Amino acid sequence: MRTKLATLALGTAIAATPALAELTFTSLSYRTGPYAANGIPFADGYADYFTLLNERDGGIGGEMVELIECETGYNTEKGVECYESTKGSGALVYQPLSTGITYQLIPKTTSDGIPMHSMGYGRTSAKNGAVFDYIFNYPANYWDGASVAVRYLLDENGGSLEGKKIALVYHNSAYGKEPIRTLEELSEKHGYELSLLPVDHPGQEQKSQWLQIRRDRPDHVLMWGWGVMNQVAIQEAVNIRYPMENFIGIWWSGSENDVLPAGDGADGYKALTFHNVGSDYPLFDDIQQYVLDAGLAAGAGDQVGTALYNRGLYAAMLAAEAAKTAQEMHGTSTLTPGQMRDGMENLEMTEAKMTDLGLPNFGPEFSVSCENHGGDGYAAVAQWDAAAGEWGLITDYMQSDQDVLNPLIMEDSMAYAEENGIEPSCS
Amino acid sequence: MLYREAGDFKTSYSDDSQTFPIRFDRVAYYIVIGVAFLVVPFVVNDYWLNAILLPFLIYAIAALGLNILTGYGGQVSLGTGGFMAVGAYACYKLMTAFPDVNIFFHVIIAGGITALVGLLFGLPSLRIKGFYLAVATLAAQFFLVWLFNRVPWFYNYSASGQISAPERSVFGINITGPETEAWAAYLFCLVFVFVSAWVVRNLTRGAAGRKWMAIRDMDIAAEIIGVNPLRAKLSAFAVSSFFVGIAGALFFAVYLGAVEVGEVFGIQKSFLVLFMIIIGGLGSIFGSFAGAAFMVLLPVLLKNVLVGGLGWATDLAAHLEFMVVGGLILFFLIVEPHGLAALWKVAKEKLRLWPFPH
Repeated sequence: MRTKLATLALGTAIAATPALAELTFTSLSYRTGPYAANGIPFADGYADYFTLLNERDGGIGGEMVELIECETGYNTEKGVECYESTKGSGALVYQPLSTGITYQLIPKTTSDGIPMHSMGYGRTSAKNGAVFDYIFNYPANYWDGASVAVRYLLDENGGSLEGKKIALVYHNSAYGKEPIRTLEELSEKHGYELSLLPVDHPGQEQKSQWLQIRRDRPDHVLMWGWGVMNQVAIQEAVNIRYPMENFIGIWWSGSENDVLPAGDGADGYKALTFHNVGSDYPLFDDIQQYVLDAGLAAGAGDQVGTALYNRGLYAAMLAAEAAKTAQEMHGTSTLTPGQMRDGMENLEMTEAKMTDLGLPNFGPEFSVSCENHGGDGYAAVAQWDAAAGEWGLITDYMQSDQDVLNPLIMEDSMAYAEENGIEPSCS
Repeated sequence: MLYREAGDFKTSYSDDSQTFPIRFDRVAYYIVIGVAFLVVPFVVNDYWLNAILLPFLIYAIAALGLNILTGYGGQVSLGTGGFMAVGAYACYKLMTAFPDVNIFFHVIIAGGITALVGLLFGLPSLRIKGFYLAVATLAAQFFLVWLFNRVPWFYNYSASGQISAPERSVFGINITGPETEAWAAYLFCLVFVFVSAWVVRNLTRGAAGRKWMAIRDMDIAAEIIGVNPLRAKLSAFAVSSFFVGIAGALFFAVYLGAVEVGEVFGIQKSFLVLFMIIIGGLGSIFGSFAGAAFMVLLPVLLKNVLVGGLGWATDLAAHLEFMVVGGLILFFLIVEPHGLAALWKVAKEKLRLWPFPH
């Protein structure tokens, strides 16, 4: 039985290895499990952008793009299996869309020499490229998110949070725990009182947390949630009649799926974002023409323009731009993962570039360098309009408090370097 | 014809009580061991290691451990995930506290610590049985996961609450960390699997195993014939937790490298290992291996066939995988409630008489 299955598995594993395309990208997606509602739009956006490049431009720099999709179900073990099965195919960059899988893959990708881009998630201190050679987390990370949220609240409260109470409702995992450190540091600086309310995976049961919020009446609630946890939290907030405009989610808690189940009650809910919302961009006309009308859309094709679809699109766009940068740098159209890494490290996103791509004012301007793999930490606040059924930006992109964050990032990345015997260097 | 006993005479008691009394079995066993130790290390690559071999080997140890408690001792446990977490966190604390000690000893000591914890949570088994005990071990599962998430000392105060395995070696060869060679990690786990299976086999056919089985079959009768239920039950919990702890330590240190307790050692892990021994066969060493192989290999095989071979959409394949695995579990439970081990036994009986069944 055992040997028979193993032989079969071997046979199929060999048969499954795809033909080596010129530019291979992987999408470790999750279209199943408790996080599928959020995983699907992201994966669709990611795939559609590459389909568009293939159909409209004939790939990137004349090389067709092959996208290999592998289902992780947001599960680290399956994530490892996906990574091992795809890394031999010449994959240029990994974007696992899971903080847990990111932590898993940081040492592996570094040792295999394949870059990983954890856009707005993963290990925050990977921003220090001197320690984390192959890991990128531009344009913003969780600590930026926490800091921007506090900065927004400062603006709301006339510049002072002295004596205010802020509650953090978070997914009790590596992902949810990331901002705690920053929020604690900022609470010392700004004098607010922080209370922590962990929610266990998958987050369907939050009665006690919201009962506590009802009792304590914090002035503001921040949320680090994902998947079904977001919907439940927003519904519970509606149930206890918590004022929605005082409730701010991280960018992973700000998609249509999260607010729609609560109906009109969710009106006024806010979430951070590091890219723009809606589908009112020239690029979306091309997507309509080359992808949707041609019947090549990934998934059901009904996610276009949603917050997470745009984020997947944005991630694919940044990957494609990094590939272009790498092609220019090395004067070659075919790329190795090492060359892709150089492209990512020298990536520069300017307004002119985004306008050229048909995405004017879609994301913040930033540039990547060896010392800074994380961009400049700009994020904006979006608000949900339940009547219109859409998100709208209510602020400009704001920068996080770099004075507080940089020492924290330095400290954490140096601790990692020491633990793993890495000599930090920028050559 | 294959399993001929004719002419296979035993002339001593030790010959007669050996694990594989039939020569064909014995030869097959030696060949499997030989291939596993001498051939596989030379051909194994990263994909095979991380997608198939490591999970199979490690789950096999966990299944062996749970089989002692549930299969031989008759005490239903839903705390396997929690005990694996104890092994993982014990191993992590040891690895970071004593970096110069051989990782081999860390894993064994982690097993020992888990045995003590298992002993503690085994105490309720002296008063309660069956479903009620299952609920008590379920409490252990949730309590342990909560504890490792709640107390920062266990994860060395890291900001994310994750534990990640630093680089550790045996005789100068890396066993953990990203630079590990595939063959080294494989052999390290294989040694643990081999020794575990060997120890469990010899425990279960000796006095200890007979006591466990007596308790399982009827505890009052066992007590009357002189089996001390306190010792039998607690030793079953301790030995079982020892192996489960070793599995947890290997799962964290060698296989995953970084672990988040709620996600990796949650309740679904307890159920997974329980399914393994139920499908493989309760109270059977072979069953532990067969069950682990079934639950590890089938999803990978289905994924490779459906997505890689036939080019289906990944979500469709993943959903179908749930249905096929679930359907097969039901099928096996209805057609052969004693698991794959019993199927294997029937097949052996048939082979013995083949080709002349009458």
